[in-house]
Amino acid sequence: MKKSNRLSRRKFIKLAVSVAASGSAISCAGTISPWRFLSGEEAQIVEAICGQIIPADQDPGATQAGVVNFIDRQLVGHLRRHQKAYREGLAGVNQTSLARFGKKFVDLPAPQQTEVLTALDKNEAPGEIWQQRSAKEFFDLVVSHTMQGFYGDPRHGGNRDGVSWRMVGLSYPPIRGRLRYDLTKPAPKESA
Amino acid sequence: MALKHVNAVIIGAGAAGGIVAKELAVAGLSVVLLERGKWYSPFECRKDDLRNQRVTALGSAFGPDDERYVRVFVDANGQEHLVRPSEGNYHNNAACVGGGTFSYGALAWRYMEKDFRMRSTYGAVEGSTLEDWPISYQDLEPYYEKAEWEIGVSGDDSKNVFRAPRNKPLPMPPMPPSREHQLLKDTAELLGLHPFDAPMLRNTVPYNGRGACMRCRWCVGFACEVDAKNGTHNTVIPKALATKNCELRTECVAKEILTNAQGRVTGVAYFDANDRLQEQPADLVVVSCSATESPRLLLNSKSQLFPNGLGNRNDWVGRNLQGHAYAGAYGLFDFDVYDDLGPGASVAVCDYNHGNPGLAGGAALANEFIRLPYNFSTIRPPGAPRWGAAHKEFMRKWFKRHTAVHGPVQEMPVFDSRVQVDPKVKDYWGIPVARLSGLNHPHTLEVAKYIALKAETWLKEAGAIQTWLKMPGRGLSGGQHQAGTCRMGNDPKTSVVNKYCQVHDVDNLFVVDASVHVTNGGFNPGLTIMAIAYYASDHILTTWKDRKFR
Ligand SMILES: Cc1cc2nc3c(=O)[nH]c(=O)nc-3n(C[C@H](O)[C@H](O)[C@H](O)COP(=O)(O)OP(=O)(O)OC[C@H]3O[C@@H](n4cnc5c(N)ncnc54)[C@H](O)[C@@H]3O)c2cc1C
Ligand code: SF4
Repeated sequence: MKKSNRLSRRKFIKLAVSVAASGSAISCAGTISPWRFLSGEEAQIVEAICGQIIPADQDPGATQAGVVNFIDRQLVGHLRRHQKAYREGLAGVNQTSLARFGKKFVDLPAPQQTEVLTALDKNEAPGEIWQQRSAKEFFDLVVSHTMQGFYGDPRHGGNRDGVSWRMVGLSYPPIRGRLRYDLTKPAPKESA
Repeated sequence: MALKHVNAVIIGAGAAGGIVAKELAVAGLSVVLLERGKWYSPFECRKDDLRNQRVTALGSAFGPDDERYVRVFVDANGQEHLVRPSEGNYHNNAACVGGGTFSYGALAWRYMEKDFRMRSTYGAVEGSTLEDWPISYQDLEPYYEKAEWEIGVSGDDSKNVFRAPRNKPLPMPPMPPSREHQLLKDTAELLGLHPFDAPMLRNTVPYNGRGACMRCRWCVGFACEVDAKNGTHNTVIPKALATKNCELRTECVAKEILTNAQGRVTGVAYFDANDRLQEQPADLVVVSCSATESPRLLLNSKSQLFPNGLGNRNDWVGRNLQGHAYAGAYGLFDFDVYDDLGPGASVAVCDYNHGNPGLAGGAALANEFIRLPYNFSTIRPPGAPRWGAAHKEFMRKWFKRHTAVHGPVQEMPVFDSRVQVDPKVKDYWGIPVARLSGLNHPHTLEVAKYIALKAETWLKEAGAIQTWLKMPGRGLSGGQHQAGTCRMGNDPKTSVVNKYCQVHDVDNLFVVDASVHVTNGGFNPGLTIMAIAYYASDHILTTWKDRKFR
């Protein structure tokens, strides 16, 4: 798990060079992020949340499947309307974990991360941001985006190598004359 | 500036509009077919689990787009929401040549005789505008047959003892059974039901110059890359164009129907692909924009003689919006039921369409189309974890071992479930948008419960080790089976069009699409919409020969 993590990180840093060259990925803190919308720190939180929603076991989990990449890419694409929810919600996740355990979310051991997410799911999470924004709605949003990234098409940046399809026992690539698509290219109308 | 005069303008190249265009063009009328969407080729469309016409997490594949289209949705608490086409409450169908038929599941039902006589069969239902149709099954029978043969239907309903009489069998044989089909069919027989091969607008053998289905995993909501799914885009519309009497103009958005001082229709104003306003004069106009967009267009066509919109003297345009309250059950098995043979839906029973004790109507039950992994990620028994290790284990363990049976419950129409035009919100072209509001009738939900329990019994008998129900909510119906908003009837006070789909007080204006349905059957509506389109075209042509609508 660690290894594939590191590998993907390196790949993303490579990507960062090209994105940064286009001058588009300055995060709130003013540091350069390898991501399109998320800051480096936010991406780590998303990665940790996804890893809880679909953890790795004998099959890769959401982290290994590139769900963070999916979410980040869609946040500047079709899911752009959720940018504010992510910016505030991810800060809220840290508020909750600081209030509950005195540490940032990514620094918590897995069982405590689960506790934080369960509190969000039950809408019982401490944190200033949750006064204005429903913790449960934010968590539901991340859950559904994680499902999309994990079970959707690899072309959108998640479900790397069709891991989830293979996990449920579906052939990947699909068989029976369905191979005329190049699945690695984005669909023509997609903005990302 | 006005364009060259033609005999007929048809607005909307969907299920109904495509057929009317072909019938009129073949008869020699000059026809302009306006369609707001594009003409997609089946081969250029990807099978995208997140971006198709059923799952719209990343947008609808076949329109309309989220950028230019919007509606107002009023929820059960009276709160207004601005909704985009890829959101459920927009109640989208499609925007492309072929309309819904380009990407539909292609179940091809004839309604039953009683579906046209709901009021006579069940009496008045409080709080519902339940009514008989002014036409009968017999009136439509020849046109159902025409749709089955010209558009192309496969299946075998000879074992369906409840079916309405037909003159000719279906033109194509059914698909060989999948594992799920075999299991459910055998079980239904054990239960004393009458299972049969559901009719499908899908080639099972080469037909109409195109090949057979290759049974892929991605059918409902997707284009068919082997062009085996039959819609108006690959049958009647090409035929209409081949006559050279019909011009198809895509990416053209009708704004308003134009009338003169005598109260007759003179043509259509529309925005062309370059957003330029055009006027197309015509002897007659056929509105086939779907049950949410047709009433919107009529209501947006206001003039001194028609201050409340065309056909709307008695405030019936947009009323009785209905769809289907889908009800059913899921089951988990301790053996694989999934064999990766599409399209999924294939075995049906009509035992519960009518004659359910104490209930008005019912639904056909059938196995569901294939649920792709993303769809399955939200299918859970009550209380099961939605995330975490248990979620993942559920996916791994049950994806190939689950199945679903459900049915489109016939709804009790509600007068206040409706399409209006919003007084404030406009679309990209400045046209007032549709405003949707209303609720499902409580009796519809009672019928749904009954149907869901029948589905569950079927699955249990098949050996499911765990089952749970799938129930519709109280919220407004419409969506892909939207219908009812320009009711057909003999009395102009309680309907919008007459039994020939002609607007009561405007003789050269027709509404031909799901809007005219009085009730919507306990079946998917597509084939009935097609039959009505053939039937109405016949009437238009008879009148045309008589006096040319002048
Ligand atoms: C994913 C999916 C699955 C389905 N599965 C089934 C099934 O298995 N069986 C079944 O029977 N039915 C099914 N349906 C429903 C079926 O497709 C519809 O009932 C049918 O297409 C409706 O026909 P219509 O003619 O009323 O409208 P449509 O087919 O929607 O056609 C209306 C057309 O008018 C165009 N239009 C609208 N407004 C304007 C305007 N102002 N100017 C120009 N053009 C305009 C639209 O773009 C559209 O192309 C399905 C639909 C979908 C989307
Ligand atoms: S299941 Fe058959 S008809 Fe449907 S899209 Fe696949 S090949 Fe085409």
